[in-house]
Amino acid sequence: MTVGDIDDTVYKPVGFWRKLSRHKLAVVGLVVLVLVILSAVFAKFLAPFDPTAIDNKWWNGDPVPPCFINAAICGHHLLGTDEVGRDLLSRLLFGAQISLQVAVFAVIIEISIGTLLGAIAGFYGGWVDWLLMRITDVFLSIPLLPLLLVLTGIVAASSNKASLSFGVIVLIIGALSWPSVARLVRASFLSLREREFAEAARAVGNRDGRIIFRHLLPNAIAPIVVQATLDVANFIILESTLSFLGFGIQPPTASWGNMLANAEATLTSGWWVAVFPGLCILVTVLAINFIGDGLRDALDPNMR
Amino acid sequence: MFNYVVRRTLQAIPLLIVISMILYGILSEAPGGALAPYLANPHITAADITRLKHNLGLDAPIPVRYAIWLGHVVTGDFGYSASNSEPVLQAIVDRVPATLSLMATSLVLSLLVGLALGIYSAVKPYSLADYFITTFAFFGQSMPVFWLALMLQLGLAVHGIPLPAGYIIKLPSAGIATDTDNFSLPDHLVHLVLPVIVLSFLSLALYSRFTRSSMLEVMRTDYMRTAAAKGLSFPTIVLKHGLKNGLIPLVTIVALSLPGLLGGAIVTETIFSWPGMGRLFYNALLQEDIALLMGYLCLVSAMVVFFNLFADVAYAWLDPRVKYD
Repeated sequence: MTVGDIDDTVYKPVGFWRKLSRHKLAVVGLVVLVLVILSAVFAKFLAPFDPTAIDNKWWNGDPVPPCFINAAICGHHLLGTDEVGRDLLSRLLFGAQISLQVAVFAVIIEISIGTLLGAIAGFYGGWVDWLLMRITDVFLSIPLLPLLLVLTGIVAASSNKASLSFGVIVLIIGALSWPSVARLVRASFLSLREREFAEAARAVGNRDGRIIFRHLLPNAIAPIVVQATLDVANFIILESTLSFLGFGIQPPTASWGNMLANAEATLTSGWWVAVFPGLCILVTVLAINFIGDGLRDALDPNMR
Repeated sequence: MFNYVVRRTLQAIPLLIVISMILYGILSEAPGGALAPYLANPHITAADITRLKHNLGLDAPIPVRYAIWLGHVVTGDFGYSASNSEPVLQAIVDRVPATLSLMATSLVLSLLVGLALGIYSAVKPYSLADYFITTFAFFGQSMPVFWLALMLQLGLAVHGIPLPAGYIIKLPSAGIATDTDNFSLPDHLVHLVLPVIVLSFLSLALYSRFTRSSMLEVMRTDYMRTAAAKGLSFPTIVLKHGLKNGLIPLVTIVALSLPGLLGGAIVTETIFSWPGMGRLFYNALLQEDIALLMGYLCLVSAMVVFFNLFADVAYAWLDPRVKYD
């Protein structure tokens, strides 16, 4: 152990897994989430059809009903097809890829920016802190959904809707949502920097960057992890809302949200088109929220 | 107290100006806007466009245009909404009654039910009912609004509620009234049912969660034990002594959710074709009506700033333990 590593009280929750496993809903959530992730990762092998292929053999203008309504279809479209004859199950599997990836990458951006700026604000204080907090004030005062819609709308109108690519959506969501994380991290840093171990780290001559990332950040990680988990859930809903309104992931690429974009029109002719994608969103988001709740209990009971 | 309110209000003004500058910066160079109809017209030459740009003041640098815009906004002029063929402010004000009737109904409903569920949960923690209510709150937190709306349309508008003797009640799934010229209260109420269920479901989950955790804390306090020791009845203790303090955090939550409510629920209003502010915004977005988008975002942001201020002041006023800083 070098002198710089005096602070060895890095947050190691005692019996973290034991605590988490006592939270029954979190365990259920974890199992469900692992299943969803596995089916997304192996979508290519699991999906019976190309998610963008139109099956003219069965489709005749209306959504083809799923297997449990129409037994003749069972060897082909297990969950039927959507309103233009694409296999619903295959689209759900590939949609899982998109929906999960958008949320995870957006959270990575959000957490990176938020943690960095929050740490700087909390550690240095003074005018740096003042300036950064005024910036977060501005971001937090503009309602997120309308602003997201306007920004994606501008991107779409500047060239065409196809330019609303995966990367653009991720970037816009991540870049607009970091202020709440910055506030969270700043609050932890404000109290952490006054603690003895921070003083000790400073006294032995560590550089600021090292104190921030090696000494303070590990102690501030618990609330960040919880927030990140809950925001994966929030961003899945956000992406699906954007895509549902036509300003998110563009067809023919499937996302759980854009699969529902035309669902209102087919409510009478094929309810399954509206039911299954939404069910996927609900179950996945529920699972992640259960995990987030379990993490909060396991990491820090005082955080609720 | 007075000084605190004045200082916070003065701090809010530069914040609002910076917000409007950023929004103006984003939207001023966006496609659409005042020139869009001319640009789309093949009979209008490039020279005409340049002249129009000059006449409309669009060739000035952005800071100059912003200053002019701000000057107009101060007098209540948010520009002209191309998609509604009327001034922006007028278009927004026209949608306020529809949004208010939807939002006030769901706010009252979700507060009443959310409070009742939250209090019950806190009084009997870790009971079966508490378990159900908590899980229900998770559902509210995890539910995509638009999908809940679709499912309600599927269940109650497409298929309907079967009644004895073969009758089926089908709730209307769109619009504010069957006949917009003749307003009738029962008809309006029937149209309110589905969007109100959707909006209440979400906020209800939020309110019940906060009421529960705040009341749980209150139930453990000394003054509650004192009240019980004096021999007061349990309902009196909970509803008179407990609720007074337990409700304080909820004031903040409700105040902070008000701007979202007043701005209209974009998704819900769009799905149910409710002629409120949320749908106005969405239509403006589809038609690239920049002036209206700008006006809407500014007004809703201003409401967020105002209700933040209001929440802080109300909290400090209700809870003497909180000091003004």
